[in-house]
Amino acid sequence: MPSFVNPEKCDGCKALDKTACQYICPNDLMVLNKETMKAYNQEPEMCWECYNCVKICPTQAIDVRGYADFVPMGASVVPMRSTDSIMWTVKFRNGTLKRFKFPIRTTPEGQAKPAGGWDNAPALAGPALFTEPESLGLPAVWTKS
Amino acid sequence: MVDFKTVEVETDLLILGGGMAACGAAVEAAYWAKQHGLKVTLVDKAAVDRSGAVAMGLSAINQYVGLRDGQNTIKDYVDYVRNDLMGVTREDLVANIARHVDSTVHLFEKWGLPIWKDEKGAYVHEGRWQLMINGESYKVVVAEAAKNALGKENIYERVFIVGPIMDGERCVGAYGFSVRENTFYVFKAKAVIAAMGGAVHVFKPRSSGEGQGRAWYPPWNAGASAYFTLKAGAEMTCQEVRFIPVRFKDAYGPVGAWFLLFKSRATNALGENYMETRKPELENWLPYGHVKPVPANLRNYLGMLDVMEGKGPILMRTEEAIQKIAAGSGDEKAAKKKLKELESEAWEDFLDMTISQAILWAATNTAPEEKSSEIAAAEPYFIGSHSGASGAWVSGPKDLAPAEYFWGYENMSTVRGLFCAGDASGASSHKFSSGSHAEGRIAAKSAIRYIVDEKPAAPALDAVKVAALKAEVFKPIETFQQFKGATTQSDVNPNYIRPKMFQMRLQKLMDEYAGGVTSQFTTSEALLKKGLELLAFLKEDAAKLAAADLHELMRCWENFHRMYQAEAHVRSIMFREETRWPGYYFRSDKPKMDEKNWHCFVNCRLNPASDEWEMSKKPIVHMFQQG
Ligand SMILES: Cc1cc2nc3c(=O)[nH]c(=O)nc-3n(C[C@H](O)[C@H](O)[C@H](O)COP(=O)(O)OP(=O)(O)OC[C@H]3O[C@@H](n4cnc5c(N)ncnc54)[C@H](O)[C@@H]3O)c2cc1C
Ligand code: SF4
Ligand code: SF4
Repeated sequence: MPSFVNPEKCDGCKALDKTACQYICPNDLMVLNKETMKAYNQEPEMCWECYNCVKICPTQAIDVRGYADFVPMGASVVPMRSTDSIMWTVKFRNGTLKRFKFPIRTTPEGQAKPAGGWDNAPALAGPALFTEPESLGLPAVWTKS
Repeated sequence: MVDFKTVEVETDLLILGGGMAACGAAVEAAYWAKQHGLKVTLVDKAAVDRSGAVAMGLSAINQYVGLRDGQNTIKDYVDYVRNDLMGVTREDLVANIARHVDSTVHLFEKWGLPIWKDEKGAYVHEGRWQLMINGESYKVVVAEAAKNALGKENIYERVFIVGPIMDGERCVGAYGFSVRENTFYVFKAKAVIAAMGGAVHVFKPRSSGEGQGRAWYPPWNAGASAYFTLKAGAEMTCQEVRFIPVRFKDAYGPVGAWFLLFKSRATNALGENYMETRKPELENWLPYGHVKPVPANLRNYLGMLDVMEGKGPILMRTEEAIQKIAAGSGDEKAAKKKLKELESEAWEDFLDMTISQAILWAATNTAPEEKSSEIAAAEPYFIGSHSGASGAWVSGPKDLAPAEYFWGYENMSTVRGLFCAGDASGASSHKFSSGSHAEGRIAAKSAIRYIVDEKPAAPALDAVKVAALKAEVFKPIETFQQFKGATTQSDVNPNYIRPKMFQMRLQKLMDEYAGGVTSQFTTSEALLKKGLELLAFLKEDAAKLAAADLHELMRCWENFHRMYQAEAHVRSIMFREETRWPGYYFRSDKPKMDEKNWHCFVNCRLNPASDEWEMSKKPIVHMFQQG
C-alpha cells in the first residue's frame, strides 16, 4: 500500500489533540483505528504518494511502499523535514544509497506577512491589487495604451 | 437514521477551496474587507497547508513575466498562450493575470519561498517564463500568508462543498458537509468565489490497480468547480479543451526541467527525434504548426504518431543531456563537480513535486546520468490553469476587455455574485501556480468591489429548500443503511451502487467513447452519442449511490461532480465539428482544423431548472495586433 504505518512506531498521536496524519492527508485517507490506536491508510489506491503524512508524523511511523502494480520492490525514499530544510535518503533496489538536502523556506515558520512589507493605498476602483504597484517593481500597473 | 446537525454560517465573501487561487483570494480579500468592515470566510475540503495541486510542493514557478527587468512584455505572454491553445484564448483575461503575476511571485519570495538566484542575484530561469524554486514547502508558505491574513476562525477545513445556494438569479452561498463529524453546513454570503480546482479520474487512468491514485493530477480535485458553476447556471467555456501532459511514464514525473533547463531530447526506440522527423506534419495545423515554441498538444501529437507506428518506447535522453552539460563546464574536475550538481538538481525536481518518480527511479536502478527514462502521454484531465482551458466564462477587466467580454466585474461569471479563479475560470490557460494565485487576488478585489458598490441584499434562504438540500446530501448514507442487509456482501447489492464502481463505470465509458487512453484519444460523433446514452443511465443510477460513512459520502459527491464535468466535455467535443488540438483529442470523423467555422469559443450552459444543455459559439476578439 502506498503509504503504510509501522505499528511498532505509531502511538496514535496520543500527545496531540488530533492525529497528525489524519489532519494533513489531502485525500482523507489516514484514519485511526480506535481499538488498536494505530493509524492506517483506508484507500491505498487513492494515494498520491504525496508524503505529507510521512513528513508530518511525529514518530516517523509512516513510510511509502511504491505502487505494487508497476514499481519493482525493494527501493525506498525517506524524508527528514526540519523547519528550514529537508533531507532525503534514497535507497535503490540494488542497494545504492543517495542523500540529498534542500532548503524549504527562508523565513521562520509562521512569519509570512500577507503584505510582504509593501505599504500602498491603492483605490478599490482601479486595477492595482493591495500591494501594487510597489510589489511589481514598477511605477504603475500596466494597462492598454 | 443518523442525526445530522445543521450549522449556518453568515459571511460577506465566501471563498470556496483552499488552493493557490483561494489563498490568493484570501490575502487580497482580507485587506479590502478590513477597510470596508466585511467578513471573509474560506472553506476547504482538506487542510489548507497541504491541499490542492501544490500539496506535495513544486519545483518551478511556471508563470513569471519579468516586467520589472523588461524581460518580456504583456503582449509576449498573450501571444505565447494564444498560440499554444491553437488560437482559442481570452486575451483580456490572460493579459490581466500577466500584469499582476510578478507581484504575486515577489510576495512568495517575501513570505519565504526559496527562489533560485544566480551569482548576480537574478532569478534562475528554467525557461523563458519559468523560475526554479526549492518548492517542497511552496503550499505551506502560501497557505501561511492566507491564514495570517484571514485568521484561523474564518477558515473551515474538512468541509466538502457540494453545490451552490441561489436566491433567484444570484449566487448567495454554498452547502456541504463535514467529513469529520455529522454536520451539514450552509454558508450564506453576498458574493462567492469558486476556486475548487479542476478534475481528475473522469477518464480511466493508465494504471488501474493500486497505482490508480498516481495520476499526474492529484486525486482529490474532482470537478467541484465545474459542478458548482454549472449548477448555479453559469455559462462555461472550452469544456472540450482537456489537458494531456506527456510525463515520465507510470509515475508522471515532470519533464519541464529536462526539456527546458537541461535541454534534453526525447527520441523513439530508433534514436529518432520525433520533433525533427515529424516536422512536415506541423504543416497540417497552420498557422499554429509554425509558431515557436511548438504548441504542447502538437508536441504530444508528434510523439503519439511514433507510438502508434510502433516506434516506442519514447525515451527522455537524460544521460545524453547531463553528460553534455557536464562536459561543457570545463576541465575534468569542473565536469565532475557539475555532474554532482546536476544529479542533485535532477533528483530535487522529482523529490519536490513527484516523489513517486524518485521511488520508481530507485526501484529500477535508474541513475539519470547513466540511463534514459521512458516518457508517455498521460490520460485527459480538466485543468484550465495549465495547458487545458476548461472553466467558467467570466467577465474581463474594464480597461482591457472588449464589450463582448465585459459585464461589470472582472472574473464574475454570468451569474451575479459568483466569481471564479484558477482552474474554475476558463479560456485563460497557462496561469499555473503563480497566475492562479494572482487571479484569485484579482477575483477577490473584484468581488469586494461588487459587494461595496452593489450592496447586495442579505440572502433570503428558504428553510424548506435548505431541508431538501440536506436530505439530498445525506441520501447515500440513508440508502446504504436501508438496504445493506439485503445481501451478505455489502458491495454487491441490487439496490444501490457504491462510489468506487460508479467511478469505474464513468471512467470506462469516457475512456472508450470520449477518446481516452485505450482509443489513443480518438473519438467521433457516433461514439460520443453512444457515450451520452450511457451517461444518461449513469445519471439516473446516481440517485442510488450509497455510502457507509462520511468518507464514502465524499466519494459519492466527488463522482457526482465528475459526471457533470464529463457531460460538459462530451457535449462540447461533439458540438465543435473539427479537430483542433490533435494531441489532446482527435475527432476521426472531422480530422482537420476548420478555421473558417470554428475559430471561436465553444460555450455551454446547463439550465439548472430543466437540466437541459444549451450550446453556443462565442467570437474570439483580439486585444493585440496579431502576428
Ligand atoms: C502535477 C502538477 C504539476 C504542476 N506543476 C506546476 C509547476 O511546476 N509550476 C507551476 O507554476 N504550476 C504547476 N502546476 C499548476 C498549478 O498547480 C495549478 O495551476 C494551481 O494549483 C491551480 O490553482 P487552483 O487554486 O485552481 O487549484 P488547486 O491549487 O488545486 O486548489 C484546489 C482547492 O480546492 C479544494 N477543493 C476541491 N474540491 C473541493 C470541494 N468539493 N469542497 C471544498 N474544497 C474543495 C482543494 O482541497 C484545494 O484546496 C502543476 C499542476 C499539477 C497538477
Ligand atoms: S501521525 Fe504517526 S503517530 Fe500519529 S497517528 Fe499517524 S502514524 Fe500514528
Ligand atoms: S501519501 Fe499523501 S495521499 Fe497518501 S496517505 Fe499520505 S498524505 Fe494521503
